[in-house]
Order: sequence, then C-alpha cells, then structure tokens
Amino acid sequence: MTSPATDQRDSGPGSGRRAHGRREAAGLSLSLQNLHRAFGATKALDGLSLDIQPGEFVALLGPSGCGKTTALRIVAGFEVADAGSVLVDGKDVSPIPAAKRDMGMVFQSYSLFPNMSAIDNVGFGLRMRKAKPAERSRRAAELLEMVGLTDQARQYPHQLSGGQQQRVALARALAIEPQVLLLDEPLSALDAKVRLQLREQIRALQQRLGITTLFVTHDQEEALSMADRVGVMREGRFEQVDVPDQLYAHPKTAFVAEFVGTMNRLPGALTSGGNVSVLDEVLPVQAGAADGLSGDVDVLVRPEGLRIEARPGGNGIVTDRAFLGSVSRIGVQLSGDVAVKVDHPSVHAGAFAPGASVQVSMPADEAVLVAARQ
Amino acid sequence: MAAITDAELGAIAPAPDRPASRRTRRYPVWRWVILSLAGLYFLIPLYAALKFAGLKAFPDVLKQSGFTSAFGLSVRLAVITTVLTLVLMVPTTVYVHLRLPRLRRVLEVVTILPIVIPPVVLIIGVLQIAPAALKGSPNLLGLEYVILAMPFAYRSIDAGLRAMDLKTLFEASNSLGANWLTTLWRVVVPNLRTALLSAIVLTVALVLGEYTMASLDLYQTFPVWIVLFSQDSGPVATAASLLSLFVTWIFLMAIVTLAGRGARRRGGGEVALFTVGRQGTGDSR
Repeated sequence: MTSPATDQRDSGPGSGRRAHGRREAAGLSLSLQNLHRAFGATKALDGLSLDIQPGEFVALLGPSGCGKTTALRIVAGFEVADAGSVLVDGKDVSPIPAAKRDMGMVFQSYSLFPNMSAIDNVGFGLRMRKAKPAERSRRAAELLEMVGLTDQARQYPHQLSGGQQQRVALARALAIEPQVLLLDEPLSALDAKVRLQLREQIRALQQRLGITTLFVTHDQEEALSMADRVGVMREGRFEQVDVPDQLYAHPKTAFVAEFVGTMNRLPGALTSGGNVSVLDEVLPVQAGAADGLSGDVDVLVRPEGLRIEARPGGNGIVTDRAFLGSVSRIGVQLSGDVAVKVDHPSVHAGAFAPGASVQVSMPADEAVLVAARQ
Repeated sequence: MAAITDAELGAIAPAPDRPASRRTRRYPVWRWVILSLAGLYFLIPLYAALKFAGLKAFPDVLKQSGFTSAFGLSVRLAVITTVLTLVLMVPTTVYVHLRLPRLRRVLEVVTILPIVIPPVVLIIGVLQIAPAALKGSPNLLGLEYVILAMPFAYRSIDAGLRAMDLKTLFEASNSLGANWLTTLWRVVVPNLRTALLSAIVLTVALVLGEYTMASLDLYQTFPVWIVLFSQDSGPVATAASLLSLFVTWIFLMAIVTLAGRGARRRGGGEVALFTVGRQGTGDSR
C-alpha cells in the first residue's frame, strides 16, 4: 500500500502550487534513522526509524511516555539522540543547532510571546532572518490571513482565545518557510469544538502548502483523521506505521489493535493448522499473530466485526445501548462473564433493548488477530 | 498596605455561615479602624519630623555644603548598583530556571546570606581583602551594594520567571532562529518588565538609604551626610531626610505607575513590589 501523499505529489494540488512558482519550498523528505535516546535507565527511543516522503503528513501516536515527543524534539534539535541520525532532504541535520535548523514548531502549551502582538509574533522568525520591515509585515499579514486572523493582527496573545493563539502559533511557524513542520500536540489544550475546527484547518493548510509534517499526539482520532500515515509507538519503538484505514482494519499487533479504536476480547483456543475456535466458529489466524502462543488465547475483534441478532435463549444478554448516530453500540454480556460491544445500524437497533436475549456471532470471512489471554 | 488590611480583615471577618448582612455591616468599621491605626503609626513620626524641621528648613537643605555631592554620589551608586545587579542577576536566574532547576534551592539560600550577615561584618571583610585600586574608589561601595541588593533582585526576578513558561518561550524563539541572548533580550526581558521594575525599585531604595557600609568605608553618601550634618543643624538635617523620603517615594510611585500602565496594555498583572501578578503566558481564555 503506497501512501496517499505519495500519490498526491504526482498529480495533486502540490504540483499545481509549484507550477505557480510560489515561494513556499516544496516539501522535503525527512528520515529518522535508528534513533536511540535514554534518560537514565529509561529508554525513550529504542532504535526508531521512519522515512517521511516530501509533503507527507505523519502522526506519531502512542500513550504518554512512549517516546513520541522525544522523537519530535530530536528532529527539532531540542534534544540530542544518543545514537542515530535525522536526515532532511538526505542531509544529516544532527550537527545543526535548533536555531539554524529551519523547523517550524507548534507547541502544546501556548507559546506566543506575550509582549508582542499577533503580527509581531508571526514576523519574529523573519526578523531573526533580517527580513526588511516592509517585507516582514507583508508576509506576516499574509500568513495571518491564511489562518483567518487578519482582524486580530494587532491584538496581544492574552486578548486571543486558545484556538486563535494556536493559529497564530501555526502562522508563526509557517512564516519562516520551514523545511519541516513539527506539531507537538498543538490541539490538546483546546476544547472539543475548537479542536475539530483547527484539525481541519491544519490539514487543509498542510496540503495546500505541501509541507512535510510530523505531528505528535496521544489522541488516536486526531491522528487517524489528519495524517497520511500514522506510526503507533510503544516503549520507544514503532509497533506499526501505516495509513489510517490499514491501521484500523489490519492492526499488526494486539497493542495497535487496542490502542486504535475500540476492541473486544473474546476467549478462544488455538487449534491445529493456524486456526482459532471462538464463538462456535473456527477462524484462520492472521499471519504471525499466534507466534509464541498456544492453547487459550484472546481473539481481538472490533464492535463492527461482530454480528448480533435477537434470539430467545441466545448466547448473550443486552446490558446497554448507546446511540452514536448511524450506528448504535450495544453492550452484551456473553456467557462466561465476557462483556462485548457490538455496533449495529441504529435503524435496526430497536430490538436490542437492555435485557433482551441475543445471539452474538463472528462472520467467518477474515483472519483474526489473537493475543495472550488476559 | 491593602494586602495587610485584607489579611487582617480575613482573620477578623465573621465565619461564612453568619448572615451576609451582619458581615457587610461590620466590615467597614474594622477596615477604618485598622487603616487609621496603621496610618497613624506611619504618619505620626513623619508629622513630628516635619514639625521639628519647620517648612523654612527645606529650601536651606539645597544650599548646605556637601549636600549636592553627597546626593550625587548616592544617585551614582544607585545607578551603578542597579545596572550591575540586573546584568548579573537576570541571565543567572534565567539560566538556573532553564538549565539547572535543581540549583534554585541553593541559589535561594545563597541569595539570603547578605540579609543574614550584618553589613558591618561584610564591609570589614571586604576592606581587609579589597585590592588597593578599588579601595580608593566609591565603585567599591557599588560592588558591595550589588551583594546587598542580590536577595531582593533575585526574588523579584525569580517570581517573574515563575509566572512564564520559560522553557517553551525559549524553544519557540529558538526554533524561529533566535539565539540565547536574542531571546533573553527580545522575549524574556520585555515579559519580565514588572519584575525588573520591582527589582530596580528595591535596589534604588536600598542604596539611597544604606548607612553602615558607606560610613565604615568613609564615603559621604546621602545618608552619611545626613548623620554628619544633623550634628550641625538638627532641623535642616531632618528636612533633608524627609526630602529624601519624598524623593524616593515619588520615584517609586512613578515607576510603579508607569509599569502598571504597560502591564495593563499587554495583559500583565498587577504591579507590586514583592509579587508579580499573572503574566500573559499563564492567561488563557
């Protein structure tokens, strides 16, 4: 599976933009090579490698402490890797100090300079690059317009809302025409509605400018909805780097499966020939998933991967039902004290009121993922 | 003053479960009693001094021999001390906050030493070891005052730095291409304005009032002159010290007012001598 970003480079908006001869540099490739970083006894990064295509938007996703922020900070030049290197456009940037790396960065906490107005904040990087005042204010105004804050140009950070501040921070990072855009959980301090708007705005802007972007988040929804590819990290390594739909539909490990989206665990038993018996079915196991396992295992299946039908004397009892829009998520207590969630079209979910007897089954059409019994 | 009154009132105010009407009725009475007591405590000596000196003595002060040079020396020392203190303490405190946060405790202890050790001890030690070239110059006194001012300057700057997300500001500025010094000058110092002003106010007040060191060091600074002159003419010397009080006070008020205006415009907090209110970074809506 090639990444969508790779496809876009050939025919998408990126090439059109370059044809117009805009000054924004075309995206550059970014490569993390075998990065190691330890803080005392803790290994923050344990041989992390990743190749990002020019113009690609990659999210690093993982629980706190998985090393994703350390990776970003090494790319930015705020941390030094114990081993490994960072290449931008094929050139090793490790010896270059942060101030000379041309990385645009947006931080999690509000990082605008409180003593400067929005437009002065945006122009700061240009000022450091000795741009002429006229050029500086023209460019800063242009960027503020791009993030929709022309009217707020003269306001100071304390007069702006959180979402506005992050948009100014984004404009400020983009003003220096950075080689790579680094986003360190820029949305996590914002409230839900603003977060959604800004998510779309960042993505649209990134695609329009074709700038290579590395985005760190612990919010899987954010990662899946914004990024071309998502790297799921755990203990300083990648568990899986893939496009969002593959990550969701075909997680390679139990960790990825459970970290991304909702996952049910059903008791099953491995049988000969790489199969597993679960819910009275015998299903093939995804290649490699059963390595090192035998006997009793947990079968991992998504709520939409289970089928439910009303049946007196079935294998489960409905415990609750949540309306999620087009689908409803139905909680079912199966025999053997196993609770599962099943997604079912809301229009047909009327029959599954709490207390109803139901039959939950698994369609036998795909290989399943298994993990050690918990 | 307001802080003291509030604290006192808090202690005296009735428990919250009492009816609100009683509370509002009792509040103003106590407020005025305490304000008046505190006011009298401060104003009576001033009034007594004014009465003793007489208004006629004030114009005489300026004509007294030695006044101009003594006052000039004190102002010069205030400038030297303030500049040196800020140049030394701002980068040091920022560096400790940023890179050596564990040293903050140590620094706090170190900076309190000049208060704990009596000035007499300090100056005698200094006079023993100071190089001859410095001993003959009032600049030595300036260097000593830097030590005396350190506790106040450190505390003001420390409070100011605590109110901002220093690490993020530095990293943001760094990623935009600014080096350490540029960041210090263009980002940190402007946001420390309030804290720096309070450091300046405290330093200037300290230098204009210091007697022990100057006198043992045999320099005729303004306080030393007042003491010497009071032996000649009590009323004029008293007028001089009142004058110095008013001059210092007007100077401090001017600084605080100016700082307050700037802070309001940019969303900084209240300007007070020892505390620095919230600054822009911590303020999110």
